[in-house]
Amino acid sequence: MQLSTSILLTIALAPLVGCLLAGFFARFIGRAGSHSVTILGLLVSCALSFYVLYQLTLGGAAEYNQNLYTWFQIGPFNASVGFMVDRLTAMMLVVVSFVSLLVHVYTIGYMRDDPGYTRFFSYISLFTFSMFMLVMSNNFMQLFFGWEAVGLVSYLLIGFWYKRPTAIFANLKAFLVNRVGDFGFLLGIAAVLYFLGTLDYATAFNAAPGLVGKTLQITAHTQWDAATVICICLFVGAMGKSAQVPLHVWLPDSMEGPTPISALIHAATMVTAGIFMVARMSPLFELSSTALSFVLVMGATTALFTGLIGIVQNDIKRVIAYSTLSQLGYMTVALGVSMYSGAVFHLMTHAFFKALLFLGAGSVIIAMHHEQDMRYMGGLRKYMPITWITMWIGSLALVAIPFTSGFYSKDAIIEAVGESHRWGAHYAYFCVMAGALVTGLYTFRQMYLTFHGKERFTVADHHGHGHDGHDDHGHHEPGVLAHAPKESPWVVTLPLVLLAIPSLLVGFFTVGPMLFGNWFGNAIHVEEANDVLAELGHEFHGATAMALHGFTQLPFLLVVIAFVTCTYIYLFNPALAGRIKSALKPLWTVLDRKYWVDNVYFALFARGGVMLGRVFWKAGETTVIDGAMVNGSVGLVHRIAATTRRLQSGYLYHYAFAMILGLILLLGGYWFIGSVPVGQ
Amino acid sequence: MITLAHYIVLGAVLFCIAVAGLFINRKNVIVLLMSIELMLLAVNMNFVAFSRFLGDVSGQVFVFFILTVAAAEAAIGLAILVLLFRTRSTINIADIDSMKG
Amino acid sequence: MNPQLLQVICFYAFGFVTVAAALSVITLKNSVHAVLALVLTFFSAACLWLLLEAEFLALALIVVYVGAVMVLFLFVVMMLDIDQEKMREGFVKFLPIGLFVAAIMLAEMLGLIGVRAMQAHVMGADPAVAAGVSNTAWLGRALYTSFLLPFEIAALILTVGIVAAVALTLRERRDARYESASQQVKADPNRRVRIVKMAAVRPDESTETQEPQP
Repeated sequence: MQLSTSILLTIALAPLVGCLLAGFFARFIGRAGSHSVTILGLLVSCALSFYVLYQLTLGGAAEYNQNLYTWFQIGPFNASVGFMVDRLTAMMLVVVSFVSLLVHVYTIGYMRDDPGYTRFFSYISLFTFSMFMLVMSNNFMQLFFGWEAVGLVSYLLIGFWYKRPTAIFANLKAFLVNRVGDFGFLLGIAAVLYFLGTLDYATAFNAAPGLVGKTLQITAHTQWDAATVICICLFVGAMGKSAQVPLHVWLPDSMEGPTPISALIHAATMVTAGIFMVARMSPLFELSSTALSFVLVMGATTALFTGLIGIVQNDIKRVIAYSTLSQLGYMTVALGVSMYSGAVFHLMTHAFFKALLFLGAGSVIIAMHHEQDMRYMGGLRKYMPITWITMWIGSLALVAIPFTSGFYSKDAIIEAVGESHRWGAHYAYFCVMAGALVTGLYTFRQMYLTFHGKERFTVADHHGHGHDGHDDHGHHEPGVLAHAPKESPWVVTLPLVLLAIPSLLVGFFTVGPMLFGNWFGNAIHVEEANDVLAELGHEFHGATAMALHGFTQLPFLLVVIAFVTCTYIYLFNPALAGRIKSALKPLWTVLDRKYWVDNVYFALFARGGVMLGRVFWKAGETTVIDGAMVNGSVGLVHRIAATTRRLQSGYLYHYAFAMILGLILLLGGYWFIGSVPVGQ
Repeated sequence: MITLAHYIVLGAVLFCIAVAGLFINRKNVIVLLMSIELMLLAVNMNFVAFSRFLGDVSGQVFVFFILTVAAAEAAIGLAILVLLFRTRSTINIADIDSMKG
Repeated sequence: MNPQLLQVICFYAFGFVTVAAALSVITLKNSVHAVLALVLTFFSAACLWLLLEAEFLALALIVVYVGAVMVLFLFVVMMLDIDQEKMREGFVKFLPIGLFVAAIMLAEMLGLIGVRAMQAHVMGADPAVAAGVSNTAWLGRALYTSFLLPFEIAALILTVGIVAAVALTLRERRDARYESASQQVKADPNRRVRIVKMAAVRPDESTETQEPQP
């Protein structure tokens, strides 16, 4: 049985239609019309995505791989638009459409009073469309276009509140950092085309084994292995998009965007595009152990060190942002040990619980009248019980309590790293293990600071001023609210509940087939020698046994330690936090300044770029182009004209003299060459 | 014994006198015009001499045409001169420099 | 007397007059005198042409140049009020350079011509006589056969020259009255004179009170 092309096209195009309607015709269809039409589009996409997943999993449909449209053809190179839908794609479709749908619904509540309401819906639908094109692509070209399109929407949405200087700064930063990654990505695609002669996935992957032994001369005396070069270049692209060290700096700043965006783009879907891409390219990555080690080390570094920063953050969204970085690091580590299905599995579970956490944080932010500083929260549990419970579910999944979905994916990754013999695996094992503790620390700290303990805000007793519930409360002194916090409306809490269910359960039901059952089939290719999952599979005896076994393992112990520590500090002895902070002042400073990475980038690249620009401006633009070329040519013409102008005196006798002079010269010339033109 | 050289030299001398006239009478348009007439005369002298010595009628025909054109040129030149004097009240070449670049 | 010697004497005499008159043309202060000197130059040049047995052109030169063109020059010189002194500004200053240029040019020309080679050309029999006709007939035949089209064009050039000269100098004065021939021809007597019928009246009856009826 074959999947229907029209169904796949509908999945991709329904959000685009919604985007266009909400974007260009908002004036006619209004705010309600805008959100209705986009949500309807997403609903269609989501339902069809589930249908496609069902067909591929249970309906016995074959994998779909077809070119639909030829964009252009240059010699043997054919740039086309096409779909490749296998189980990997289907899973991504379901995750993206489901989370996106819930975020759409959630946005109705979150953005209720925002003047850019329809614009926002248009953007997130556009994002969904771009993401669909990215994951459904069957060639590198379309992948790159989808890649750039989601980057564009991310840029637009980080800068959604374009009147805020910080938002503009953040979206510019995200854009520039992503350019660095995209440059590598583009080089990788170019290398693929150079070595394999095609950009089509299937053809390229079939030809991939031929890469072995091919080399590329980059530096003077070194031959580089072609597969390594391709994979590292591609992974640089993934580093930019999935915010791996050292290109991670844009992601925390992207929290300047509205919270639904943080949930959808900067936690659940877009930032995982890099993970998805590497998993998709598994036939290539399997060829280069060097590249995989590089991936492994980068991921491990990201997993631990960005998590550490999360511990000292006070902004509720930034804590989750650093948590996202850390979890992306886990996924990358999984890729690094050739456990692609584990990475994608964690991608899926993470998408659910991280979206849940972000949306919950958004709900808190609504209740706190757009106050995001956790130092002015506390004790919110009795005001907003649904948010409280759902966020706890998300948190438990995040810290990988057994039986939650987060446990199955994360624990499998840690186990796999332990099993792996790849270069750097020991370092990575330490990082992911320490990361488990760190995850526990920042997660419980955040939950306690937000929902438990004493209320560190006061409610202003005056209610007289015209209150419109909008986010223009910035002029209030921090910690003073105009109203008591209250639970968010159902459009906000419904997505929380709907996300909490898969956060808890999806892992339990899918871990067997996805990790150990070769569910992905041909979509993911692992060399036998690298297959750590197979080794883990020998010890896998069902999800329940795995969870029970998890209670006895070190990660769980670390989480418990973190739980106890946080409970003691934040519930019973709040003063201790300050004392620890002053005791570990140097360490705290290092974390608070985020290892000075931003400062280095500013000093090195930003200021260097500005200085370089100034040099080009002064020397290149002003002196060479304006001075020498533009004004210079004018000046040259002017000077020549001024000189030759003198010849045109206007006096008759000057012209006569010139004629006679010419005659004399002519006669002299005849004389000189000795030719006598007359008297022959 | 008169040879062709006599006439050719005479033509050259006349021509050079005309050239000198152009130089030393740079202010007086009328003398400039007359110098040009002298030049034409020098040229005509050569034509007639060559025609006679080579026995070819074309030279004399050409002189005929030169006389015609020179007459027309003189008429128009003098007309322009009159017009110039009428509008500028001068025929001083030094004052006529509208074409100055 | 040897006719050839007479020819040589005549050549040198007229040639000397020609050169002297040409020098006067460019050196004389008074423009009228310069024009008269040019007349003399043309006249003696015409004599030299007679020596070459080019009678038609010699006479044409006198008739056309001396009779028409030079008179035109004379008219213009006399008509215009020219400050003679101002016209001679720079005369002394440019005399040396003028002479220098003229000398160089003369030297170049003579060098190029090759005077010695030219001396080999001795005047032979008159080609017109050889053809059995007069010089005028000889020239006329060529002009009206081989050179008919250039001849016609020359006539056209002369006509255009006349028209141009007239058009350039014609001045339509605003304060003068002109006759319009076309309007005069178009004049209609009916519009000039109107005949009015009147009732006859007696002169003795009260003419003061009666107005003529139109």
